[in-house]
Amino acid sequence: MPKLTINGTEVEVPPGFTILQACNQAGIEVPHFCFHQRLAIAGNCRMCLVEQEKAPKPVASCAMPVADGMVVHTNSPLAQKARKGVMEFLLINHPLDCPICDQGGECDLQDEAMAYGKDRGRYQEAKRAVREKDFGPLVKATMTRCIHCTRCIRFASDVAGVPDLGGTGRGENMEVGTYVEKALTSELSGNMIDLCPVGALTSKPYAFEARAWELRKTESVDVLDALGTNIRLDVRGQAVMRILPRVNEDVNEEWLSDKGRFAVDGLLKRRLDRPYIRRNGKLVEASWPEALTAVADRFGKLSGDKIAAIAGDLCDVESMLALKELMVSLGSANLDCRQDGAKTPAAPRAGYLFNSTIAGIDKADVVLLIGSNPRQEAPVLNARLRKRYLKGGFRAAQIGPAFDATFPITVLGAGPDVLQALADGAHPWFETLKGAQNPMIILGSGAVARADGLAILELARRLADAAGVVRDDWNGFNVLQRAASRVGGLDIGFVPGAGGRDLEGILDGSSTGAIEAVYLLGADEFDTSRLGSAFVVYQGHHGDKGAARADVVLPGAAYTEKNGTYVNTEGRVQLGRLAVYPPGEAKEDWRVLRALSEQLGRALAYDSLPQLRQHMLSQFPLFAQVDHVVPAPWLPFAAAGTVSAAGFSYPIDTYYMTDPISRASPTMAECVVSFAPNPQSKTGTHG
Amino acid sequence: MLRDEDRIFTNLYGLHDPGLAGALKRGDWSGTKDLILKGRDWLVEEVKNSGLRGRGGAGFGTGLKWSFMPKPGSGRPHYLVVNADESEPGTCKDREIIRHDPHKLVEGCLLASVAMDVHTCYIYIRGEYYNEAQRLQAAIDEAYAAGLIGPDACGSGYAFDLYLHRGAGAYICGEESALLESLEGRKGQPRMKPPFPAGAGLYGCPTTVNNVESISVVPTILRRGSAWFAALGKPKNVGTKIFCISGHVNKPCSVEEELGIPLKELIETYAGGVRGGWDNLLAIIPGGSSVPMIPKSICETVTMDFDALREVRSGLGTAAVIVMDKSTDIIKAIARLSRFYKHESCGQCTPCREGTGWVWRMMERMVKGNAAVEEIDLLLEVTQQMEGHTICALADAAAWPVQGLIRHFRPEMEARIHQYRDAAQRRVAAE
Amino acid sequence: MSGDSGGIHVDQPESFEFTPENLVRAKALIAKYPEGRQASAVLPLLYLVQEQHDNWVPRVAMDYVGAMLDMAPIRVYEVATFYTMFNLKPVGPYFLQVCTTTPCWLRGSDAVLDACRSKLGIDIDERTADGKFTIVEVECLGGCVNAPILRVNDDNYEDLDGPRTLALLEALERGEKPPRGPTIDRQNSAPVGGPTTLTTLRFDGGGDAA
Repeated sequence: MPKLTINGTEVEVPPGFTILQACNQAGIEVPHFCFHQRLAIAGNCRMCLVEQEKAPKPVASCAMPVADGMVVHTNSPLAQKARKGVMEFLLINHPLDCPICDQGGECDLQDEAMAYGKDRGRYQEAKRAVREKDFGPLVKATMTRCIHCTRCIRFASDVAGVPDLGGTGRGENMEVGTYVEKALTSELSGNMIDLCPVGALTSKPYAFEARAWELRKTESVDVLDALGTNIRLDVRGQAVMRILPRVNEDVNEEWLSDKGRFAVDGLLKRRLDRPYIRRNGKLVEASWPEALTAVADRFGKLSGDKIAAIAGDLCDVESMLALKELMVSLGSANLDCRQDGAKTPAAPRAGYLFNSTIAGIDKADVVLLIGSNPRQEAPVLNARLRKRYLKGGFRAAQIGPAFDATFPITVLGAGPDVLQALADGAHPWFETLKGAQNPMIILGSGAVARADGLAILELARRLADAAGVVRDDWNGFNVLQRAASRVGGLDIGFVPGAGGRDLEGILDGSSTGAIEAVYLLGADEFDTSRLGSAFVVYQGHHGDKGAARADVVLPGAAYTEKNGTYVNTEGRVQLGRLAVYPPGEAKEDWRVLRALSEQLGRALAYDSLPQLRQHMLSQFPLFAQVDHVVPAPWLPFAAAGTVSAAGFSYPIDTYYMTDPISRASPTMAECVVSFAPNPQSKTGTHG
Repeated sequence: MLRDEDRIFTNLYGLHDPGLAGALKRGDWSGTKDLILKGRDWLVEEVKNSGLRGRGGAGFGTGLKWSFMPKPGSGRPHYLVVNADESEPGTCKDREIIRHDPHKLVEGCLLASVAMDVHTCYIYIRGEYYNEAQRLQAAIDEAYAAGLIGPDACGSGYAFDLYLHRGAGAYICGEESALLESLEGRKGQPRMKPPFPAGAGLYGCPTTVNNVESISVVPTILRRGSAWFAALGKPKNVGTKIFCISGHVNKPCSVEEELGIPLKELIETYAGGVRGGWDNLLAIIPGGSSVPMIPKSICETVTMDFDALREVRSGLGTAAVIVMDKSTDIIKAIARLSRFYKHESCGQCTPCREGTGWVWRMMERMVKGNAAVEEIDLLLEVTQQMEGHTICALADAAAWPVQGLIRHFRPEMEARIHQYRDAAQRRVAAE
Repeated sequence: MSGDSGGIHVDQPESFEFTPENLVRAKALIAKYPEGRQASAVLPLLYLVQEQHDNWVPRVAMDYVGAMLDMAPIRVYEVATFYTMFNLKPVGPYFLQVCTTTPCWLRGSDAVLDACRSKLGIDIDERTADGKFTIVEVECLGGCVNAPILRVNDDNYEDLDGPRTLALLEALERGEKPPRGPTIDRQNSAPVGGPTTLTTLRFDGGGDAA
């Protein structure tokens, strides 16, 4: 390991480190703009210049590899002078519009200018102005503020894999943009806002909404897909103003999907803020006692086999557990948390997890996607697959309709026949999987949320076993979940009990009258017309399909309004935290269920969230392992039926609208319009 | 004075046939096979011994540069890329080689390639040299047709391909790593070093980039011997060089002479002297626009070589001598160069992107005198903030002419400012 | 033009493709570079576009070249806007490029530019009403010992002054194509009055005037 001296202190760092990395390791901060640890090195801003003894001129520490015996000064007069010069150059053409700039207060340029800027400008010439640009509904471009660090260009090209951005023109006339008028077509575009060190790229929906220093910050997790992206909820008053990613190397690194970020305005729209009861065909406002009485009157009088409960995609584990226990106490086994009709059983756990772990993708060399479009189902995970591809020595194939994954994928076929051939070892790709060091199979809900899902799962397992995809030190068998609630729901067994009905059974029963009352806990994503004449309770936070069909609406809390446990697709237990209170009369979901249980005379055994959690841990010790992934043992799968010939299809047709929150979001609605398959037809004269 | 027999570029003015037949008569392609068969080590050693220093401006030892290339057998292809992106204002020497002696270049490419285990060579020629490119392509085609290059170059068994690649209007592509970026199909933005091209150059493979003139003199050096070349010129500044004398001389021209020729002799002997006589001389930019100017006093005695010009805080650069007589608005002459660098900055590094524009705008005011005297210091400081702070040397090149101006003509700049102020005051008084 | 990413020229064609002959040439150009490195051919192909398309590169052609070379369109836009020799809007069939960089300026490029302006009644970056001439100002053309230079399309006219510039423009207007090179009695870059070196060597001539 090379040893070098930084500011008089000897530092030993791994070979290949840059001076900047060595400085970071030594706890010495070197200012920089263009450098970002997750992007390719550009070396263009020149802010990180340091003095290296024996070098003829200051060196860019972000790009200079360390060498044994190097002597570096980060704060010598030479380095200081260089940096001050760069700062002055950056500022001469930067508008001094901080008071009206959304980056104000959290701007790298502003911060560094405090340290390296002069108290007044010496630039007397005309300042550069840059033409307005429209990057679509999410990213607001004020390119006059651009300092040409090219972080956004590198992010779009390398991380997002959508090379829309570039620097056109040259010299001082160089402009960062798309050249042709064009929205950024990435599901990760919001990350460019975070990456932009100045106010050139800011959030369009958040424009002029709040100042950084006014915001109260709450750490939480995203629930709009099943990745469990770590987020920060920035709140002013009683509103979540924006959502930003937090760093978690094992989950999302530091990225957040556009839906997770920008659907935030959906939290304020179409909210259920008081109970409703259907009277004469219309939902009318009701008090909590009236509503709970109405529910208890029906559920309390029916035998267990005539009632059922379905949990939706955004539910926290606590409320699902409360609902399950209430249903059990009412003698019902008709439970399902798989509202998409997925057949993944609640055991073994390895049968529904992303067993390789998300970080495990970095180690994979061969990936087979089965009925999954990760770019839509989990964009951040897709970016990780792309990152792995960029490292080289990586091959990917898929079974299912072709899509632009941002990395090359071989399409092996459309349906289960190919999977069958693979499992039989009769397909050339079988050898590819078998020969791989760390092969991965990823099953999407397009593979398991179908009538023969169990058989597909079993077939995939046969392939996994035959191709050596699962070893003691590597489990390459993965289910990529889409619903944030799914793994937690399966973990607590929110599935049919003995003799109970699953989703299909519940819906069939409802249409025939065998099921007379259905409890929907935030469940919206199925054909509600099949509920027949059943009495429907909808407990949730948005007035969406479920509420529209309900006979009683019980207002619950969105994920930002409650403390709740979520388990991501890899089985990582994470805590969502309350950032604001539920609106109006809405309540945290477990509380609603607790009150209902009281009304039903079957009071649940917990009266506070800590009690509920304690109870949960006593039943499922797994949930004590917060922020960890406990590897799931590779146990036999349930017996399967036969596979149908139908090709796989992907469940998401509009990435921007997949759940009640994103459907309520005006921003997401704009995205749907902007990113329609053929944007040219929208305005006619693009380019 | 260099004897004609010791001149390498014997068709500098295009008096003779530039084609293969003419080239053969002038001695090109004679004994090339034997030179190839002497092998890589001999070739590198001979060029090292000749003392040839790169003719593109930096003056780095050509043989030494070649020796940085990895030994054969690395498994990766090696590349030679010839820099024919001659764009330094004042410079038009490579143009004469390309259009009038192209076979010297083609043969040089072959021999240099053998010396570096290169089997594919690209010549990157500036886009504006359209007719020159046609001429060079014709020479390449002739060489292929005659079997001088190709799968069995000169019958030596050495496979060698040579391609011509046209640039498209970007001075910065004369910087070797920007040239490689451009050749790979991107904007010509210089790369960070390390890695150096010898380690990772074109397509990430070991690459040497040499100037046209450096490569074109190689065959003659090898034929006549390194000792012959090393005996010309001055110690450490040996050999011959094409000088381009432009500006305020009676007979602008290009001429091949020995390195170390006194500047005054060069101008008086070959360019018909300074317009209006030597005493009418104001200043000279001795090595292309990027080097600081020298005033008449220095021009009296300085010799045209790398070391002597460095001693007077200028440089030999491309040996493009831009002469300015006393009628010259020297501030305007340099302001125009500032505009050139602003136009040619690739825009990558902050100090260059922002500094070139700032300097140019201030220089425009200096031309009028519309500035404060203290702003001359600011101008100097801005150039110093640019210098040495960027990936490539364009910022330095933009800084130096202005620094040279301030160093030698500060009183003129101040006088201009006073003049402007006086005129303004008179205007106010008249109103 | 001139490194300005500027606004995209408004009147753009709907489509572009190479003629069959140019497609053959394009393939030959691509073949000069190693497999997988076809992006290297982007400058040659943009030149080919310009040659085929009245000396300018429309936006659809950039997309076309990008598709041919497996480059994202934005990468081609970057290239086309970086290099000044690609015209991104229509220019006249006589594309006049006046060098005004210091070596040419010292030798009277102002007079050349003034002659162009007065003769054609247009300024830099403008095109005559009849569409025939466009004037642009360019940086050093690399012929400084023959300054000042006016470049007409691909040909340099050298050693100009005001009157000779006027004469050249008149000849162009008449549809003539005067020989390129020095407009005075001079052998290329040799000093006026004939070479003072290389005079003792005897080869068999066959030289040229340019």
